[in-house]
Amino acid sequence: MTAEQHAQKHPQVWRRFSPRDTLLRYIWYLGAVAVVVWSISMLDIPWFYFLDAHLQAYDLAYRMWPPDLEFLETLANPLLETIHIATLGTAATVVIAFPIAFLAARNTSPNAFTWFVGRFILVTSRSVNTVVWGLLFVAIFGPGPMAGIWAIAFRSIGFMGKLVAEAIEEIDVGVVEAIESTGASRLQVLWYGILPQVLPVIYGTTVYRWDINIRESTVLGFVGAGGIGILLYSSINQFQWQEVSLMLVAVFGVVLISEFVSAAVRQRIT
Amino acid sequence: MLTISNLEKVYPTGTKALSGVGFTVDTPQVVAIIGPSGAGKSTLIRCINRLVEPTRGLVKLHDTDILTLNRSELRRARRRMGMIFQEYNLVERLTVMENVLSGRLGYVSFWRAYRRKFPPEDVRAAFVMLERVGLAGYQDTRADALSGGQRQRVGIARALMQKPDLLLVDEPTASLDPKTAREIMRLLVELAHDRGTPALVNIHDVALAQTFADRIIGLRQGEIVFDDTADQVTEAVLTDIYGEEDWSTTIRREGNGADNGPETKPPDDKNGLIREAAAG
Amino acid sequence: MSAKADSAPVALRWQRIRMIPNPWLRFGLLAVALAYFAWSVGALDINWHRVANGIPRAANMLTRMFPPDFGRWSLLFKGVLESVQMAFAASFFGMLLAIPLGICGAVNLVPRPVYLVARTLIILSRTFHEIIIAIFFVKIFGFGPLAGVLTLVVASTSFISKMLAEDIENMPPGQLEAIRATGAGFPKLLLYCVSPQVLPRYLGVSIYRLDANIRHSTVVGIVGAGGIGQVLAATFSRYDYDFSLAILITIVSLVFAGEFFSNWVRGHLR
Ligand SMILES: Nc1ncnc2c1ncn2[C@@H]1O[C@H](COP(=O)(O)OP(=O)(O)OP(=O)(O)O)[C@@H](O)[C@H]1O
Ligand SMILES: [Mg+2]
Repeated sequence: MTAEQHAQKHPQVWRRFSPRDTLLRYIWYLGAVAVVVWSISMLDIPWFYFLDAHLQAYDLAYRMWPPDLEFLETLANPLLETIHIATLGTAATVVIAFPIAFLAARNTSPNAFTWFVGRFILVTSRSVNTVVWGLLFVAIFGPGPMAGIWAIAFRSIGFMGKLVAEAIEEIDVGVVEAIESTGASRLQVLWYGILPQVLPVIYGTTVYRWDINIRESTVLGFVGAGGIGILLYSSINQFQWQEVSLMLVAVFGVVLISEFVSAAVRQRIT
Repeated sequence: MLTISNLEKVYPTGTKALSGVGFTVDTPQVVAIIGPSGAGKSTLIRCINRLVEPTRGLVKLHDTDILTLNRSELRRARRRMGMIFQEYNLVERLTVMENVLSGRLGYVSFWRAYRRKFPPEDVRAAFVMLERVGLAGYQDTRADALSGGQRQRVGIARALMQKPDLLLVDEPTASLDPKTAREIMRLLVELAHDRGTPALVNIHDVALAQTFADRIIGLRQGEIVFDDTADQVTEAVLTDIYGEEDWSTTIRREGNGADNGPETKPPDDKNGLIREAAAG
Repeated sequence: MSAKADSAPVALRWQRIRMIPNPWLRFGLLAVALAYFAWSVGALDINWHRVANGIPRAANMLTRMFPPDFGRWSLLFKGVLESVQMAFAASFFGMLLAIPLGICGAVNLVPRPVYLVARTLIILSRTFHEIIIAIFFVKIFGFGPLAGVLTLVVASTSFISKMLAEDIENMPPGQLEAIRATGAGFPKLLLYCVSPQVLPRYLGVSIYRLDANIRHSTVVGIVGAGGIGQVLAATFSRYDYDFSLAILITIVSLVFAGEFFSNWVRGHLR
């Protein structure tokens, strides 16, 4: 073999990406950076705030320490209320989301129009944040836990309804057909054929959503919809930082425990 | 070349995987390590490049005392030891070429590695290597699109790209069919002999070990119980290593493996190229 | 088959398979749940009189909402643009910061103390609701989009880094070993083993997070952290409901577009 052939067969150059690929990749990078630079420049960010941000943060931390333990008494009830709001809101969700899920599942919805309505409700529910729902319900029911419960429920309907509808669409049709063939009514088919199959999903998503709702209900008070958020907001506005730090610790604990409980229950279920 | 003495490994769980293991390899030979499951074969191999930290003992490659090296010295020592795995351990989302060239990672700068701009001599050596292991033309295939035998060929190429002074091979054929297994062993042994690189090969298949290895070390419960040339393995030896069993069908009988052994004379020009690549 | 086997009690009664087989436990749990609902509804501080007024109020609100007022579209557009810009900027910085944090949170790559610190950071920032974080940034940096961007940066970083750390931990250990065995140091290990294996998922998660940030950017404004949420909260306090509805419709369409975009991009990632 001559040296030339040799060089041809065993080239010294190897490229992972063609120049075109490389160029394209850099264009993507550049585009992303350009979008970010544009976004930031439009936001009019007062950069000089960053100069003493660390001092501010340090100052805040200093004022927060130590947590005001005497505040614990005042804290207990709102904290409990937070948990109630999440739980009752989740319970309401189950009742409401279930029929809507049947509307929004292709195989159980009576017709195309009901299907569309079901989907529309689910999408709207999910697109509006819990806190925004809170604003709305505070305007309706006035400030307090009632608004919170409905805010939680209205946001969770979309979440649960979507997952349950997906579960309904994936059920084993054989079982349903078997029950239909016995001449069962629509409701009976639903009760004996479909419900048992989606029940585990309903339990699972309920517990999962409950855990998310605990976290959400800690801030509902910021718009007046009950729970510990009301207290947190007023303490912050009155610069009672030692109360604030205690509340943060409490919130941290509750959220962590609920996450743990939810994970444990879900593990038992599945 | 390689000296191991008094090597001991106790895992944090309390399992004593190796106790007082010692041997030397001073010619470029292929050493097969056999022994029952859990005997400590993998542990032994991994202690040599310190993927597993030995509890005590001595590992010396040429003049380097491996066990006293700090992190960066260890990296430098590791690039002189090529490793081949049972599960191939290719980076699946990289192409064949990237996997092969990753054998050079110990030698090139971060920036070069990032831009996939390896030195021309490395690239050429990689192409030569791919041809030698029978994967010419596969350079831009992604590793997850290869068969098991092909992956192991890439694994061998990657290890040899390091131009190692020692090959550490952990059950290279255990996931392959019998024919591919022989092909891979033959390739491995030929390459080791061509380049004069000693190799330690963990292997469960005694007949395969006898066919291809120059020397066999038997390990039982973390201790060496046999260390001799391949033809000295008898039924009594196997009973000592593995326990009571009818070994008559396992041992390679005289004459039936001769045509399967390593080719003593590979085609000339290929061989020359390999040497060139190895020297480059 | 013998007559005895035929008359075995197995065939006599059919029993539904229950989630909780023990009937005592099942009804016990049900009773506990009912008792809880009774107790919690009683414990909540609900002004029933005010709630009863809710229905006519809601009707009144609805009539005032229609038709939605898109007349102040420039204000609307400015708010939406600000929200989107906040989401872009926050996603970008979140993506960048998540890389080191995610790597440090992978137990198979870093020493234990580093891992513990990184995981603690991730858990801490995940526990607190965005709005709680937002209110702190508003205290430190004042009202405006900067506080919102920083809030979303924190939330994105913890989210993406948690996913990244989990993906890295799920990598097959053999590949890491193989690259380590070539003598590559930590940076090259990241380059030739970790990054190719986790990159597609990382990009997918980041795109998802961009979508989530668009959703969240519409609410952080409620505590004064910029974006359309700030405008929305103001309309509610002014009973300016027809404009509220216009904003809500815009938010829902924006969220919809974001989700569509995110699904489209993720569909194209291999
Ligand atoms: N990471 C580990 N932690 C604790 N004990 C281990 C670990 N790795 C191996 N061991 C133990 O050390 C002993 C030797 O294991 P090793 O993997 O070296 O055996 P082997 O000879 O390679 O076995 P095989 O043929 O099955 O691959 C076994 O008892 C094993 O349980
Ligand atoms: Mg092993």
